[in-house]
Amino acid sequence: MSLVTDKIISKPKIETRDLGLEMTENNRSLIEISNFDFFYGEKQALFDVSMDIKEREVTAFIGPSGCGKSTLLRCINRMNDLIEVARIGSGKITVNGVDIYDDRVDTIELRKRVGMVFQKSNPFPKSIYENVVYGLRIQGITRKSKLDEAVERCLKGAALWEEVKDRLDTSGLSLSGGQQQRLCIARALAVEPDILLMDEPCSALDPVATAKVEELIHTLKDRYTIVIVTHNMQQAARVSDRTAFFYLGKLIEMNATDQIFMSPDREQTEAYISGRFG
Amino acid sequence: MKRYFHEELEEIRSHLMLMGEKAVESVKLAMQALLESDIELANQVMESDDVIDDIEKQIDDEVVRYVSLRAPVARDLRLLFVAIKASHDLERVGDEASNIAGRTKKILAQGLPIDAVARVPRMCELAINMLEDSLRSFIQEEESLAYSIVGRDREVDTLNRENFKELVELMKSDPANVSACTEMVFISKSFERIADHAKNIAEEVFYLLTAQSLKEVTRGE
Repeated sequence: MSLVTDKIISKPKIETRDLGLEMTENNRSLIEISNFDFFYGEKQALFDVSMDIKEREVTAFIGPSGCGKSTLLRCINRMNDLIEVARIGSGKITVNGVDIYDDRVDTIELRKRVGMVFQKSNPFPKSIYENVVYGLRIQGITRKSKLDEAVERCLKGAALWEEVKDRLDTSGLSLSGGQQQRLCIARALAVEPDILLMDEPCSALDPVATAKVEELIHTLKDRYTIVIVTHNMQQAARVSDRTAFFYLGKLIEMNATDQIFMSPDREQTEAYISGRFG
Repeated sequence: MKRYFHEELEEIRSHLMLMGEKAVESVKLAMQALLESDIELANQVMESDDVIDDIEKQIDDEVVRYVSLRAPVARDLRLLFVAIKASHDLERVGDEASNIAGRTKKILAQGLPIDAVARVPRMCELAINMLEDSLRSFIQEEESLAYSIVGRDREVDTLNRENFKELVELMKSDPANVSACTEMVFISKSFERIADHAKNIAEEVFYLLTAQSLKEVTRGE
């Protein structure tokens, strides 16, 4: 599997890191967040957050609204750069050892490596086929055989192929909500990311569609590192290997999901997961 | 739709079945050790109790984990409660087998009047049949089989009472019998308890399959 490497550095390479290093050991930290402070204008949204996110695992961020979990998720592929008042106070986030807020990082390359699936499915008003290959066309890939192969591979990867293989030319908007969300996952997979960020990917879906997306997440973790933000604690318990609980912008506790839901270390975590919060 | 974590329920089911097999085997071997005066076999039964205890602990851990992480409902949830209760019954069956083996060793050191064991093989046979049927009702999901087990412990209870009277008479007839016959009173009681645990498991399986209490269903019959 290709990892985030010097490809995300568009300018002179950082000399202190061996950016070309391909590491294959299991459970190494792919994303490292160190003493990270983040602000929206004067309001501080994240306080001194430090955590390691392991490769090829599912990590869930949980916590009440406004706790900073989505903010942190969006920091991992610099989506917050699009918000004018957003700024980092201190600390850093590295992906495969690369400081992603280094001036020389190409954010387009970063977002190819760190894909994102949003709360509300957002297929483009194009055919199913064109939705999947959109990122590849932007990369300049035009050969039909390569695009065809990518469409089949990604739709299979997103557990959607069997449902749409006979109607690839129909609009992505004609699909059900759950299918649209899986189409967006297929689109994210097409550019071969290493990391998938999911911001409440099931919150708009019914239980059956939710179950399909959860099954998909379970399958995808063999190949991808997944970070999922969810309000649904049972979903975090079902799909994730590790869980991080946030409150008021602070990381309260992060541990193996079994540990968090069976015997959390912190009283605040226990109060939240058992519904005694507030 | 089958979810990936449903396999974890199958694991719990299979561990309960394994525990049942081990418990039945222990009871059979304990009886054999008594009938054949085999101290080595008695030791083997006592040692195997740890294996049964370990499986119970494993089932407890798996159930707590599943309840914590998977939010089970309906039959899945009943299966988990039944796994906890039935595994506790099986653990007690293992303890009773171990008790029988321990008392067998004491009896073998003292000698026992031949009449004292007369009814015990029949009690053992009945208890093991009940235990095997209750486990079969779980494996094959047969509520009628689970239902049929209730009431079958009465014969074991009767045999235990008759045993007790006879053992008391043996003790009265010769004070030298007191020590060994006292051990036999406890062995007889152990088989009666094993039948009780088998009945409990049948009731638990009935609840798993029907969501109804077998005691309430049979009340007034």
